Amino acid sequence: MNQTAIEIKDLSFAIAGKQILEHICFSVSTGKRLFIVGPNGAGKTTLLRCVSRIITNWHGTIQVKDKNLKAYSQRNLAKILTYVPQVLPADIPFTVHQFVLMARYPHLSPFSVVGPEDEKVVSGAMEMTQTACFAERVMATLSGGERQQVSIAAALAQQAEIFLLDEPATYLDYKHQRDIHSLLAKINKTYGTTIVCVTHDLNSAVFSADIIIAIKEGKIVFEGAPKEIMNEKTLEDIYSKKFDFALHPVTGQKIIVPDVIE
Amino acid sequence: MSKKTAINSIIIFALLVVLVTPFLGPIKIPFSALTDFGLNTIAGKIFYTFRLPRVLTAFLAGAALACCGVALQAMFRNPLAEPFTLGICGGANFGTAIYLIFAASIPVAHCGLVFSFAGSLAAVLLVYGLTKIKKGFSVGTMLLAGIAVNFFFSSLILFLQYISDFTQSYKMIHWLMGSIDVDGFQIPGVLFVFTAVGAAIIVAQNANLNLMSISDEIAISRGVNVKSARKIIFLATSVMVAGVVAFCGPIGFVGLMAPQICRLLVGYDHKILTPASILFGGAFLVLCDTIARIIIPSSQMPVGVITALLGGPFFIWLLLKDKSVSNL
Repeated sequence: MNQTAIEIKDLSFAIAGKQILEHICFSVSTGKRLFIVGPNGAGKTTLLRCVSRIITNWHGTIQVKDKNLKAYSQRNLAKILTYVPQVLPADIPFTVHQFVLMARYPHLSPFSVVGPEDEKVVSGAMEMTQTACFAERVMATLSGGERQQVSIAAALAQQAEIFLLDEPATYLDYKHQRDIHSLLAKINKTYGTTIVCVTHDLNSAVFSADIIIAIKEGKIVFEGAPKEIMNEKTLEDIYSKKFDFALHPVTGQKIIVPDVIE
Repeated sequence: MSKKTAINSIIIFALLVVLVTPFLGPIKIPFSALTDFGLNTIAGKIFYTFRLPRVLTAFLAGAALACCGVALQAMFRNPLAEPFTLGICGGANFGTAIYLIFAASIPVAHCGLVFSFAGSLAAVLLVYGLTKIKKGFSVGTMLLAGIAVNFFFSSLILFLQYISDFTQSYKMIHWLMGSIDVDGFQIPGVLFVFTAVGAAIIVAQNANLNLMSISDEIAISRGVNVKSARKIIFLATSVMVAGVVAFCGPIGFVGLMAPQICRLLVGYDHKILTPASILFGGAFLVLCDTIARIIIPSSQMPVGVITALLGGPFFIWLLLKDKSVSNL
C-alpha cells in the first residue's frame, strides 16, 4: 500500500512581517527519499521546523500519516517523526550512550525505567551507525563527523518512521559525507524509513533522492525526478547563476562541476 | 571520586548534618533529651521546640531552593538561572513585604504565605507575559525578562521601605536578610507540604530536564512538550519559593550553588542530579544556619548573611572556571 507519510497543503509562515514560506504544497509517500534544495534563506530549514512542530504558528494544513499534525501529542508525534538538526550543540555534557538512550523518551512514561528492550534498540542503533566504539565518550569531545553519526543513531533509537534531516553532511569531509549518505540509504532500505533531507549538495542528491523539490524565496519552484533538475535552465532559475555540467564516469549521470575562479 | 562514591557521600553528609546539628548550640543537649517527648526538661524543650524544628525548616528551605535551581538551570541552559535571577524570589519578597507592612494584623494563620505565593506567581506571569509580547519565546529573552522583573520588584520593595515607619522598616530589613526563626513543628509542617509538592513535580520532569538542557529543538523532536514543561516548572518553582520566602525570607545562593556543586560531583543526568541537589541543598542550608546560630554567642545572625558569605566567593570561582558563563 502506498501510504502518504507527509502531506502539506497551502503552508505559509511569516515572522516579523517577512514571509518565509508561501503556499507550500507537496506530499511524500511512505518509504520515499525526498531531497529539498534551494538557495540560502529560501525557507528549507523553516519548512522542516514547521513539520517537526518546533515552529507552531504557521498557517495551512500538514498531515502526518493521514492525521492532522496538530492532533498529535508531542510524544506520539515523536514516535513517528524525528528532526535531525544541522548541528548538535557543541557542549553536550552527556556520554554518547546516554544521549542515544534519551531518544527512547517517547516510548517511556515519566516514571518507567529503561528496560532491556530499550537497551537492545539503542545498541542496535549504535551498531548500525558505527558509534558503539565510542559509546562512553562525552559528546562535547566528539568531532563534527562523529557527532552527526550519533545524531542519526539517536534518530534510529527513537524508532521514528520519518526522518527530517537538515543538511546532515554539510560540515563533513568527503569520507564522512559519503558515510552519512550511505547510512541514510541503508536505513531507508532496512526499515523503509521515509527520508526528508535538506541539502546544498545537488550531486549527492541526484544519486540519493527519489524526488527533489527546490524552494526559492519561500515558494516551490521545482518538483520532479532527480535527473530533471540537472538542467541548465532549471538550475539557473533556482540559483541565479550559470552551471557547467559533466557526465559521471560510471553512471553517465549529468553532474555539476565546480566553477573556474580567476 | 567515582559517581557512586559521590552519591553515597552526599547521602551520608545530609544524614550526618541533620542528625548532629540539632545538638549544637550554646546550650548543651544531652542524648537523654531525645526521649523527653513530654518536654519535661529544659533540654527536651529546647530540642523539640527550637532545635529540631529549626533544622527541619532549614533543610526543607535549602532543598526547595536547590530543587528550583536545578530545574531552572536545565530549562534555561544557563548556570546563572535560579529563583533570584529570574525574579521569582523578588516577586515573593514583594508579596511578603506588602504583608508585613499592610496585612500583618490579619488574624489568619500563615496569611503571609498567600501574599508570598501571589507575589511569586505574579513574577512568573510577568516573565511569561513579557516573552509572549516579544515573539519567539527564546530562553534568552526569558532570562532577560526575569532579570528585569527582579529589578522591578527590588525597586518596589525599596519604595515600601521608604514609605514605612522605622519599626516596620527594621522588621523588613531583618526579614530580607533571610533567617530561620521557628518554634514548634507548625512551620516545618507547612513548609514540608510546599517543598514536597514542588519537588515531586520537578522530579517527575527529570527526563524532560535532561533533554531541555541539550536544546529545545532536540527536546521537541524527542517528544517533550516544551511549552507545557516550562509552565509546570515555573509553577512548581513559584510554589516552593513562596513557601521558603514566607517563612525564612529570601535566602540567597543555595539555589545557585547547590546544583553547581552536585553537577561537578554526580554528573549531568537529572535522574541523579535532582535528588542529589535536593539533599545537598538541604544539608548545606542546615550547616549555614548552624554556623549562624553559634558563631556569635547570645545572638542569632540571619542565615542569609552566611550563605551569601560562602556563596559570593563560590560565584566568582564559577565565573572564572566555567567557560559557558561568559558566552551568555
